[in-house]
Amino acid sequence: MTIKGKAYIAGIYEHPTRHAPDKSTAQLHAEVAKGALDDAGLTSKDVDGYFCAGDAPGGLWSMVDYLGLKPRHVDSTETGGCSYLIHLGHAAEAIAAGKCSIALVTLAGKPRTGPMPPRASGAEADFEAAYGATTHNAYGMCAMRHMHDYGTTSEQLAWIKVAASHHAQYNPHAMLRDVVTVEDVLNSPMISDPLHRMDCCVVTDGGGALIVTTPEIAKSLKKPLVRLIGHGEAMKGPRGGKDLDLTYSAGVWSGPRAFEEAGVRPSDIKYASIYDSFTITVLMQLEDIGFCKKGEGGKFVADGNLISGVGKLPFNTDGGGLCSNHPVNRGGMTKIIEAVRQLRGEAHPKVQVKNCDLAIAHGTGGLLGVRHAASTCILERA
Amino acid sequence: MAEAKKYPAPQGNPESQPFWDAAKQGKFLIKRCMACGEPHYFPRAICPFCFSDKTVWEESSGEGEIYTFSLMRKSATGPYAIGYVKLKEGPALQTNFVDCDMDKLRIGQKVKVVWKPTDGAPLPFFTPVG
Repeated sequence: MTIKGKAYIAGIYEHPTRHAPDKSTAQLHAEVAKGALDDAGLTSKDVDGYFCAGDAPGGLWSMVDYLGLKPRHVDSTETGGCSYLIHLGHAAEAIAAGKCSIALVTLAGKPRTGPMPPRASGAEADFEAAYGATTHNAYGMCAMRHMHDYGTTSEQLAWIKVAASHHAQYNPHAMLRDVVTVEDVLNSPMISDPLHRMDCCVVTDGGGALIVTTPEIAKSLKKPLVRLIGHGEAMKGPRGGKDLDLTYSAGVWSGPRAFEEAGVRPSDIKYASIYDSFTITVLMQLEDIGFCKKGEGGKFVADGNLISGVGKLPFNTDGGGLCSNHPVNRGGMTKIIEAVRQLRGEAHPKVQVKNCDLAIAHGTGGLLGVRHAASTCILERA
Repeated sequence: MAEAKKYPAPQGNPESQPFWDAAKQGKFLIKRCMACGEPHYFPRAICPFCFSDKTVWEESSGEGEIYTFSLMRKSATGPYAIGYVKLKEGPALQTNFVDCDMDKLRIGQKVKVVWKPTDGAPLPFFTPVG
């Protein structure tokens, strides 16, 4: 049993806004849903599967009612920023099993307009809440240990931001469009050692949506065909504190699962969308999913190796979370969307990868230095 | 130093209450599984390694070394050093490093537990030794 080739992404939409004080969160979900349905050439009446995560106000009850959907399959898997990568895999499973035929996945929210609601606390709360783990310092702790164990440098991390900025200059919707240098990153203020401000992604309002469907329906529509051929998901936490190692993520499990199902190798990939909450996130993920050996990520990302048209592995050609968009502090959705644009040949001509027939979208969710999930999707132009 | 930082009181629950009762007496407890022999932290009733319910409380030395840390500079209540300690007994745990020059922290440094008051049971933190 496999999902390989059983589901196609027929519609994508990334909200152009980066600041939406004049809209409600539910409204943003509806706008991205409409955008993805329009892109696919479908209507809300066609949707029979719905997927949303913790950013959806009121959860499935409210959203299904608000959007006026009549799904026969729903899934509200919540794993932070990689929820939507997992939704894509789960949608493919549901479609392969005949549980739905046109699935809608939505993400939207407004962290730039106002503070996000607190997360529900788990069994660890009394033992951790007082210590102030945040995204910045949880990823900072990973970077600090990675530098200690492997000699990774701030200059190497900075190259990831530099590459993203080279791509963002061509994206009219990107929040930050200025090309930056390694020195710019190193000279930006230290936020949580060893991460500088420019090692961190942007905070934006906005959202995105996907339409996932059967091969037959996708072929009846007008868009270039893009299908999912491999998917993996995994989770990692301190697990009682045994053998703690913050230099690797759950990507070491989700990546190989996806590649095995797809029957391809990292060296076959033409374009990579890698969730870039921070520069260290990208570096660790590239190692973990197999683009280079553990500890060699610093060398791999340096000298423009991630810049489209320059390096060996073009990444985040929309400018990614580091420069373009990071709606609701969750990067998984926009990773899928840019990978689909590349496979369709719809990326900006300055960053479009030639003959892009195989791409990866990968991300983590939660706090890399505490508890997190990872999910990997391998996509092919059909 | 901006000490006198206000920390939240642990809520406690039937599973963790012995830990907080011991904390009030300055004792730092971990759990050990009698079936597989593995220690763990934070404490659970069921061993996270073998799922046995034969877990018992054990007093930790409260000594260990810094596995990693990050000095959080962007904070409304002032900078703080979050990190993980690897205890002598094995388990690693999340904490803050306090009562020290935070700019001199380094991976591998020896640390020991110190208790900070709350409106309820005190909370464990770690500070460099020597």
